[in-house]
Amino acid sequence: MLLTSEEQAILGGGRGEAARRALQFQIEVGKFWGAERFVPVTNVHMMGDIEVMGDAGLAWLKEEAGSGARCVVGTTTNARCMDFAHCERMGQDAGEAVKEKEIIATLRRMDVVTTDTCINYQTVYQPHLGEHVAWGDTGTVIYANSVFGARSNFEAGPAALAAALTGRTPEYGFHLPEHRRGSFTVELKAKLDDLADWGAVGKLVGESHQNYYAVPVFHGFHRTPGADELKHLGAALASYGSMGMFHFVGVTPEAPSIEVAMGGASAFERLSIADSDIEKALNSFKLGDGDARLVVFSGPQQSLFEMKTLSSLFMDKKVKPGSTCIVTTNSAILKQSRDLGYAKVLEDAGVTILEGVCFYILQNLSPMREKNRWTNMVSNSAKIVNIIGAHRFNTILRRTADCVEIACSGVLR
Amino acid sequence: LNSILVSRAYGPTVEGEAVVSEEGFSPRYDLDRWTGVITKPGHKLEGTSIVDKICFFPTAKGGIAAGWAFYDIKWKKIAPKAFIFGVTNPVMVQGAVFAGIPITEGWSPHPREAVKTGDWVRVDPARKLIEVLKRKAG
Repeated sequence: MLLTSEEQAILGGGRGEAARRALQFQIEVGKFWGAERFVPVTNVHMMGDIEVMGDAGLAWLKEEAGSGARCVVGTTTNARCMDFAHCERMGQDAGEAVKEKEIIATLRRMDVVTTDTCINYQTVYQPHLGEHVAWGDTGTVIYANSVFGARSNFEAGPAALAAALTGRTPEYGFHLPEHRRGSFTVELKAKLDDLADWGAVGKLVGESHQNYYAVPVFHGFHRTPGADELKHLGAALASYGSMGMFHFVGVTPEAPSIEVAMGGASAFERLSIADSDIEKALNSFKLGDGDARLVVFSGPQQSLFEMKTLSSLFMDKKVKPGSTCIVTTNSAILKQSRDLGYAKVLEDAGVTILEGVCFYILQNLSPMREKNRWTNMVSNSAKIVNIIGAHRFNTILRRTADCVEIACSGVLR
Repeated sequence: LNSILVSRAYGPTVEGEAVVSEEGFSPRYDLDRWTGVITKPGHKLEGTSIVDKICFFPTAKGGIAAGWAFYDIKWKKIAPKAFIFGVTNPVMVQGAVFAGIPITEGWSPHPREAVKTGDWVRVDPARKLIEVLKRKAG
């Protein structure tokens, strides 16, 4: 890789041992992908909690902080694995909670802003067209590339942190224009009235085209989609398809037309999705053994408008005794939801609101599932329905209002 | 015996027993990160241990958390010896480099024509070459 004099100075230890190691790591990653140089980044979003990092990651992080690691650009954290106010009731380990607090303290020493959110793009930082960032959590990356026209690869925790310490990232993947062109088109003939429908689109397109560099181009939709709809579409594409970008003609900034989004290509695959495809996708999720006693609104965290919708759906209702309904969001949204009365409606209905976490990364989730004898998990998020498999849940995607009905009746519809 | 050329590669040369999967992989979605066994219900390798194996996967699935997961499983001594992907994504590469686990992407020919689960193989990232050294007995 071609290094600037500044980068050579970092490699020579001019900015300390942590920055030197970080750049060396980035060079190895860049070489793998054939990157020719680095690009400066303006913002970093990283995943780092005890559930994903483990004791090994924590020990490494402390060593980094001890050797003077400090962020040189604004750096925020993704959703974590514990809401300390609820961890005892949720059956999470007190010992792990101590470690989680150590991680938070260590990250703060390194100048990381611990926002604990996977919806930074809705609540914290909105990069502009062409801005290079280094974000982690696939849902944040696909939103940055697609909706903002910013430029980021999937940056795993250690990679994002390296970018925070060096202020740059290797130029490959979605930092380069050639990878941002559409690969195939998807005509959206379906109505897509619910967030679960958007997730189902992500499942249908992602599952059949699993490839980081596959960029679907959506077109033909009958109205303008909202931010939460694009969020669920992107999160599901990233989850089912490992995809990092999509275009939406007339909606996203690099897609004024199919022709421009496709970069002038004429021969490509053309898909279309109708209402019947969405119904079929939803109906493919069946109740396995056991019952429908767990309903989750999470993955990604809920936006303020999602909280508002849930509060109106749960108004004057109660979660069925013996059932559990969990909502996750970040601290800023929760504060506003409390001020606006949405949180009270949900809590009066018996919903548990967890702050700063995502359900699927909760520490101790498998034992929690066993203890509660949960076999099925119902959600309106296609992403979480897809990713929770390793914890041995049977998962069921349903529309938002149906999820609320299931939470209050205990009966799958 | 057969050999496979790969397009991109990182890490030192390693040898080990092959596990060849027809389905993609995520250490978060598919793997029990305390035993090194693939536990996702319905995964084509459900019940298979990847500990100390040379793992062939056609694709990588989702998941930013893989970056920490590889380091975690390496530290727990339940990591594979190498990851061989048909198509991978940056997270897998970042995670493998961070953990010091060899990783490759792109293959010719397809592993199904050259290697079977249980064969003993050598991965040489510097030469972008995978060689089958010994067939599985029987």
